[in-house]
Amino acid sequence: MSTRTLISPATLARPRGKAIYWTVFTAVVVLFALAFLFPVYWMVTGAMKSPDEVARTPPTLVPHHWHLGGYTDAWDLMQLPQHLWNTVVQAAGAWAFQLVFCTAAAYALSKLRPAFGKVILGGILATLMVPAQALVVPKYLTAADLPLIHTSLLNDPLGIWLPAVANAFNLYLLKRFFDQLPRDVLEAAEIDGAGKLRILWSVVLPMSRPVLGVVSIFALVAVWQDFLWPLMVFSDTDKQPISVALVQLSQNIQLTVLIAAMVIASIPMVALFLVFQRHIIAGIGAGSTKG
Amino acid sequence: MTKTAERRPLTKAAVHRVPAPPPVGGRRRRRLVDQARAYAFLLGGLVCFALFSWYPAIRAVVIAFQKYTPGSPPEWVGTANFTRVLHDPEFGAAWRNTLTFTLLALLVGFAIPFLLALVLNELRHAKAFFRVVVYLPVMIPPVVSALLWKWFYDPGAGLANEALRFLHLPTSNWSNGTDTALISLVIVATWANMGGTVLIYLAALQSIPGELYEAAELDGANLLQRIRHVTVPQTRFVILMLMLLQIIATMQVFTEPFVITGGGPENATVTVLYLIYKYAFLYNDFGGACALSVMLLVLLGVFSAVYLRLTHTEGDTA
Repeated sequence: MSTRTLISPATLARPRGKAIYWTVFTAVVVLFALAFLFPVYWMVTGAMKSPDEVARTPPTLVPHHWHLGGYTDAWDLMQLPQHLWNTVVQAAGAWAFQLVFCTAAAYALSKLRPAFGKVILGGILATLMVPAQALVVPKYLTAADLPLIHTSLLNDPLGIWLPAVANAFNLYLLKRFFDQLPRDVLEAAEIDGAGKLRILWSVVLPMSRPVLGVVSIFALVAVWQDFLWPLMVFSDTDKQPISVALVQLSQNIQLTVLIAAMVIASIPMVALFLVFQRHIIAGIGAGSTKG
Repeated sequence: MTKTAERRPLTKAAVHRVPAPPPVGGRRRRRLVDQARAYAFLLGGLVCFALFSWYPAIRAVVIAFQKYTPGSPPEWVGTANFTRVLHDPEFGAAWRNTLTFTLLALLVGFAIPFLLALVLNELRHAKAFFRVVVYLPVMIPPVVSALLWKWFYDPGAGLANEALRFLHLPTSNWSNGTDTALISLVIVATWANMGGTVLIYLAALQSIPGELYEAAELDGANLLQRIRHVTVPQTRFVILMLMLLQIIATMQVFTEPFVITGGGPENATVTVLYLIYKYAFLYNDFGGACALSVMLLVLLGVFSAVYLRLTHTEGDTA
């Protein structure tokens, strides 16, 4: 980085400045390692200790014997494949539903000028103001007995998928992006005889790759991390996602097995983050300052 | 925002497109077809928003004044739900805890990320490493962080007490003590969520023009004065925004108390959202749950309105 910050480059170049800089740098590295990496290390290795060792005081920094048994037990005893699969289905469905319906709605609001479009957009943005968690109970009652058709979405992945579409933040991100697409390109396509769906599919979407990526990551992470809503929707143990299952099973399972299951539950999102970290970190910074 | 997009001058292509005006009836039909098409695109999204955002908001208010049991017709009971909830001894505890939690989270979870971002912004090495590490806990599912810290807080072989023993400090009851339970949860929440705040601050700090610091230094401002008179005023808007967002988020805290303490010990960590959950799923009292939701909504609505006003007025000029 070349821009000037709080401390001038000249100060840093002096011997005293250099010494202070490296002291602070080392302190921050140690602090970060202790505060953020050590808990993760403790979790990953804790799952490989024997049940005796994990309960020992003072604790051992490195497992005496590396047991992989914790991980295999968690996989089998806690039915992790089932719960992981449930989570994947719920997250993937929510992602697909959001991509289809939010994109279509954002496209309509941005380019097709529906009557009352402003009112609808206002209504959607207003939901950003309403704290989502505070409304879970009436939302649950609605999902339990849908108006008019009187069907229940409880214990059904649709109970995750459909509410996921009502994501004002993602819809607004998409709409704002579509607003900035050059009008002439879309109009040229129209002159060439392309229908609205065709324009969306072959012109708008290919130009919107960056925003689609951001929305996809947000959609996946939101479902994977959610707890209260799936806790309400899935009373049926076999259908619960991993987050709910972990809490339900945490009471009567051996500690090392539980810890192993926690590690396994974290892997997908951490892996996603490590792969896309550049985009995710840039997105957080950019999205927030440009309000 | 929509206005600017729609009022762009017509391009050549668009001018060409306008054909000789068709007969009036045809144009009207054409417009109806266009509208139908637009609504076809909107439909899926609209239905979902109606079902899971708009309708529940209205319903919360309605059910707050009803005796509601799923499966049987609701009865109007006036303000009985509100009076019942207000007389619940847990009501006071839940609000006290939620407000204390929010305040502590502001003190701890606000000062620390800002200072950390301030320091990180000065470091010229391993930038990417710091950003990834600080954001790592955010990507760990909240349930996992809660369970992880529950284990750390274990009075027996928990890491938290081991650390205190290692430093020859007196051990603590952490999440199991009535006095320490709430602050223990605040630590968990801060640890788990700090990454996002730090990254946003970093982005804000990077947008401060370097000349301001240079000018301040020429005027003889020392480090603290530069922070006070350049950094803070320049990031004031982001600080305020994040503070409001954090208040809104922490007032709805649920996962940590539910997983780590179960609301205990002695209701020391029951939060408003936890109480809403209990009313609905333990007491089967949906009227009471909705009455509580409405109270929480009104309070948070005020914060949200302030937030929106700020982002609207300052966001346009910034």
